[in-house]
Amino acid sequence: MTHPMVEARGVHKSYGGVEVLKGVDLTVVRGEVTCLIGPSGSGKSTLLRCINHLEKHDSGELRVEGHLIGYEARDGKLYELNDKQICSERAQIGMVFQRFNLFQHLTVLDNITIGQVKVKGIGQQAAAVKARELLARVGLESKEKHYPSQLSGGQQQRVAIARALAMEPKLMLFDEPTSALDPELVGEVLDVMKDLARSGMTMIVVTHEMNFAREVANTVYFLDQGVIEESGDPKSVLSSPSSPRLKSFLSKVL
Amino acid sequence: MATNGDATLKVVPVRHPGRWVGVGVALLFIAMLVHTLFSRVPRGQGSCHPAAGVATCWRFSWNDVGQYITTSTILHGLLLTLELTPLAMIIGIVLGVILAVMRLSPNRLLSSTAWSYTWFFRGTPVFVQLYFWLYIALLYPTFTIGIPFLHYVPFTHVAFWHLDSNSIFNPFKAAVVALGLNEAAYMSEIARSGLIAVDEGQVEAATAIGMTRGQTLRLVVLPQAMRVIIPPTGNEVISMLKTSSLASAIGVTELLGASANIYNANYKIMALLIVASLWYLLVTTVLSIGQFYLERRFAKGALRTPPPTPIQRLRRDLKGVLEKFTVGHRQIVEVGQ
Repeated sequence: MTHPMVEARGVHKSYGGVEVLKGVDLTVVRGEVTCLIGPSGSGKSTLLRCINHLEKHDSGELRVEGHLIGYEARDGKLYELNDKQICSERAQIGMVFQRFNLFQHLTVLDNITIGQVKVKGIGQQAAAVKARELLARVGLESKEKHYPSQLSGGQQQRVAIARALAMEPKLMLFDEPTSALDPELVGEVLDVMKDLARSGMTMIVVTHEMNFAREVANTVYFLDQGVIEESGDPKSVLSSPSSPRLKSFLSKVL
Repeated sequence: MATNGDATLKVVPVRHPGRWVGVGVALLFIAMLVHTLFSRVPRGQGSCHPAAGVATCWRFSWNDVGQYITTSTILHGLLLTLELTPLAMIIGIVLGVILAVMRLSPNRLLSSTAWSYTWFFRGTPVFVQLYFWLYIALLYPTFTIGIPFLHYVPFTHVAFWHLDSNSIFNPFKAAVVALGLNEAAYMSEIARSGLIAVDEGQVEAATAIGMTRGQTLRLVVLPQAMRVIIPPTGNEVISMLKTSSLASAIGVTELLGASANIYNANYKIMALLIVASLWYLLVTTVLSIGQFYLERRFAKGALRTPPPTPIQRLRRDLKGVLEKFTVGHRQIVEVGQ
C-alpha cells in the first residue's frame, strides 16, 4: 500500500485559547504541487509549520508518507519523539520562509553546506560540490562567497531554496516565499519554484500569488478561520468559487 | 541646485563660532594639565624630600616612577594580575554562557536556578566573596567527592576523594574562584542579551534543516550572539583587570598589592600609585586594540562592508590630505556643480 506524501485528518491547534486550526483534512499526493491560500490569520502557515513539527498540533493525525509526525503510535498510545528523532524527520522536509532566514554569519556556500555536513554527516568537499550544483540551478553560482546581507531579497530566497534542497528533501514547504520581496524580484523566485515543480518535487506552498497557484498547482486549498472552506483543482477553485467567503477573498486579491 | 547655468558657484561651508569657543577652552585645560604634570616643586615641599640632593624635584616624582616601573616586585605583581584576569574571565564567560542558556530554558527550575545565582552573586560585594572563598575551610574543613546524601544511611558512606580544604584554597586560587564566580553573574546577563538579540527565524531555519537544539545553539545562535556579546565582554575584561586588585586584600600581591608593599616601606605613595596606574593603562590599551579586531571578526555578515581598521583609516586620511593639497579648490568646484 502506498501512502500519500502528506495526510492530515482533523488537525487542531490552539495558541493560548485561540483555536487557529479547527480540524483540518488535507491530502498531498507525491510529485504534486499543493497551494494553500486564504486571508491572513486563517491558519495556512500554522498548518505548514505543523507538517514539519515546528509547531506541535494539539489533536488529530498528521502523517508524512504514512508516518505520524512527531509521535510514534505504540500500544494504543502516542509517544512523543525525542529531539533527535524529530530532527531526522525534519531533515527530510525542506522549508522556505517568508523572510528567508539565511544564516547571517555564514557565506552563501556555507549556508548550503552546513546542514549537509552537520546533520547528514557528508564530507565538506562533497557538500561544497553539491552546493555549487544547486547554486548553478538557482542561477547564483557567482555569489558563493557573499554574505546574505550582500544579496537582494530575491537572491537570498533562491539561496534559501538551495539550502533546503541540499538536504535532498522528499517534500518542500514554502511559507509565503515571495511576500517579503519587491515586486520586480518575485518572478525570479517563482521561476525557480516552477522549475522545481517540473522536476517532480512534492511541494506545499502557502501563497498569495494566485497566478502561480493557477499555473503550477495541482490542488488548491482555501483556508478561512481555521477550516478548509474549499479545495480542488485550481481552475475550478479559483475561476468558479462556490463559497461566498472564497468569492469575497478572491475579489480582494485578484 | 543652481539653475542660472553658472557652474563655478563656490561652496561656503557653514561656520560654527560656538565650536571655536569650545576648542579654545579645551586647549586651555590641556595646556594646564601638561604644565602641572611636568612642573617642579622646591626641596622640602610635597614629595620632594628635604634631604634631596637637588633644589627642585618633579611634582609627580617622575624619577621615582621611572625607577620603580620595571623593578622585579612590580613586574611580578603585573604577572599575577595578568594571570588572575584571564583565569577569572574564563570561569566567568563559560559559566555565564551556561547560566544564560539555563535562564532561557523553558524549564522553570533551570531558569529560576540561573536567576537566583545572578541574584546572589550580583547582590553581595566581591570583597565579601573574596574573603568567603579564602576562609571556606571554616565551613568545610575537608572536601570530599562521593555520592551525595549517602552518609545519612548507615554503613554506606562512599568517598572517592578526600582533601583538606586548606590545601585547596591558597589566596591566589581563592581569588580566581571568587572573581570568576562573581563575574559569571554579570556575564550571564551579557550572554543572555546576546542570545535574545538573535532573530527567532535563525532558530527556525536551523531547526527546519534538522539541527538539534544543541547544534542550533552552537552553530547558529552563539556565533551571531557573539557580535552583541563581545563589546560589553571587552568592557568586563578591562573592568576585571582592575577589580583583580581587590585580591591584594586577601594577600595576593598582584600589581596594586606589589606597589603597596613598596610604598608601605618607603612612603613614596604617589610614585607607586602612578607606576601601577601606568601599567593598568598600558594593558587596557592593548586589550582595547584586541577588542577592536575581535569585534571586526565577529561582525562578518552583519555589515555589508566592515569598518576600516585604524591603520586603514590613517592611510585613507593621509591620502585625502595629500589629494586636498594637490587638487586644491578644483574639488570644490566639482562639488558645486
